[in-house]
Amino acid sequence: MSDVPIPMAPGRSRHVARWGGVLRDVMSRPSGAIGLTLVVFHVVLAIVSPWIVPYDFKAMDAALMLKGPSDLHWLGTDHLGRDVLTRTLMGGREALLVTGVATPIAVAWGGLLGIYFGLVGGRLDEVLMRVVDAFLSLPWILKMLVLIVTFGTGIEVLIPTLAFFYGIPVIRIARAATHDVVARDFVSAARARGHGRLTIIRRELLPNVLDTLMVEGAMRWSWMLLAFSSLSFLGFGVSPPTPDWGLMIADARGFMSFAPSGVLAPVVALSSLIIGINLTADALAKALGLDRAQKAPV
Amino acid sequence: MLRMLLRRLFLGAVTVVIVSVIIFAGVEILPGDACTAFLEREAQGRLLENCREAQGLNRSAAERYIDWAASALRGDLGVSANGGVSIAELVGNRLGNSLLLAACALALGVPLAIFLGVVTGLWRDRWVDLVFSTGAIFAMTIPEFVSATLLILVFSVWLGWLPGIVLTPADAPVAEFFPEILLPVIVLAMVMTAHILRMVRSSVIEVMAGDYVQMATLKGVPYWRIVFRHALPNALLPAINVVALTIAWLLGGVVVIEVVFNYPGLGRMMIDAISDRDLPVVQAIALIVATVYVGVNLTADLMTMVLNPRLRTHYMRQR
Repeated sequence: MSDVPIPMAPGRSRHVARWGGVLRDVMSRPSGAIGLTLVVFHVVLAIVSPWIVPYDFKAMDAALMLKGPSDLHWLGTDHLGRDVLTRTLMGGREALLVTGVATPIAVAWGGLLGIYFGLVGGRLDEVLMRVVDAFLSLPWILKMLVLIVTFGTGIEVLIPTLAFFYGIPVIRIARAATHDVVARDFVSAARARGHGRLTIIRRELLPNVLDTLMVEGAMRWSWMLLAFSSLSFLGFGVSPPTPDWGLMIADARGFMSFAPSGVLAPVVALSSLIIGINLTADALAKALGLDRAQKAPV
Repeated sequence: MLRMLLRRLFLGAVTVVIVSVIIFAGVEILPGDACTAFLEREAQGRLLENCREAQGLNRSAAERYIDWAASALRGDLGVSANGGVSIAELVGNRLGNSLLLAACALALGVPLAIFLGVVTGLWRDRWVDLVFSTGAIFAMTIPEFVSATLLILVFSVWLGWLPGIVLTPADAPVAEFFPEILLPVIVLAMVMTAHILRMVRSSVIEVMAGDYVQMATLKGVPYWRIVFRHALPNALLPAINVVALTIAWLLGGVVVIEVVFNYPGLGRMMIDAISDRDLPVVQAIALIVATVYVGVNLTADLMTMVLNPRLRTHYMRQR
């Protein structure tokens, strides 16, 4: 029975070819080209910035406090005399590291749980959905702050916290997407062939839900960045002297009447990254033929 | 119809109960309790025992949960760990202030969003559409604290038109919050407008491409009559749910904005309570916010059903 050949399982090379086509489609749209360029730029910058910045990010100079842009300091200095350009260039490293690790984890666990319960259904599924609803009805900041205040603000706390809470809405998305697929003939065919649940999930459901999960992952990423930098801004994220955009904006806010570049530089950097991710997600959704449904950030 | 209504109410109530369990359990698994927080360094031996005895903390978790939930149902939210003030009293003013902020933002944002959504939907891909749709992406993706900081920089620091910080005390009458409340309202309304605008735009586009609109056009019905009589009533229905979702978002996003503008609302109170580890206050605020969230979503669902005959009959047939 299990030796029946399955003609529809695509080979590896076809997967590669398909995603190559999707990438070309994304790049052919203006939003995708601009968005992906911004994202790639920020990721590369985060990796190479320690070697290209002009100054030490924590070098203070009392004689240079809150100076405006000059030949030596292109974007001026902050309230401790540190170079704003250096700190802006390095300010995304922590954010990209934390959200870059947490996003795949969140999409993976939320996606798998959603697919499984979308396929199985039943009482447990009903209960799970009520729990998901309950979690979503609490503001994100409350959920995260309670954990962060208790366990500290290090990366080892932030990554699991973000990965856990941002995986919850993914459950719902994956479950809904699975419901659409389960009703189709090839899933019934797989059932008739006698495949087990795990095989059906791996062979039939996962490849079909993957598109939705990719777009959802891009959106989660941007909301995680938003949450991460908001936490930094509120003083619950990255601890000084690590350069971080949220923290820099919070620090420079008090002096923005006479040193606006200290605020504007991190504002531009953070906004361009988040907008880049959103533009890419939009183009990706269109390239995959998905209508990106209207959702509020959760 | 009645059975469906009762079913929705029941599911909403179940969600609130689960939330209360999550909140209680969440606070329960945190290390330390009200007594260790209150006694700080002296929290050991007899002193700790006596305190726990007095607070009823040595009973089982289930007993305490039932006690807490029952008094919350009666409107008694307990007393705060710091100072022992009644939480209901503490929360009252703050909740009112947050609702004032939300109401102003809704009053400004919703009509604007519907107007702009219809305009951008009808003139799709023209310059109005490009300008506002791009603007909407910016407004909804940039973090609230960033747009708030930028608006303060422009309108308060550079132009000096509006105050950039709220100095009015929490218990001041509503009128005293003006004009200080304007900048936070503008930030909130901006984000809300962006979300609702995109929804309205896409549903206007969808409806205008529908068969009955084409039919009406072929019959020779004037364009604006088609728009107002045939298309808009259908296009605006989905907006109700988005408005509900944005209200729910308001409850979370408003925290950051209240901190940025020093606004004395529920959100800032929540941050303070979390920093002070005032757990009873955190529990109470979480419960209030979650209940409001469930209530708003429920209302939106019911409104959509009442206003949309197709959904209504669909549910009646299901029964």
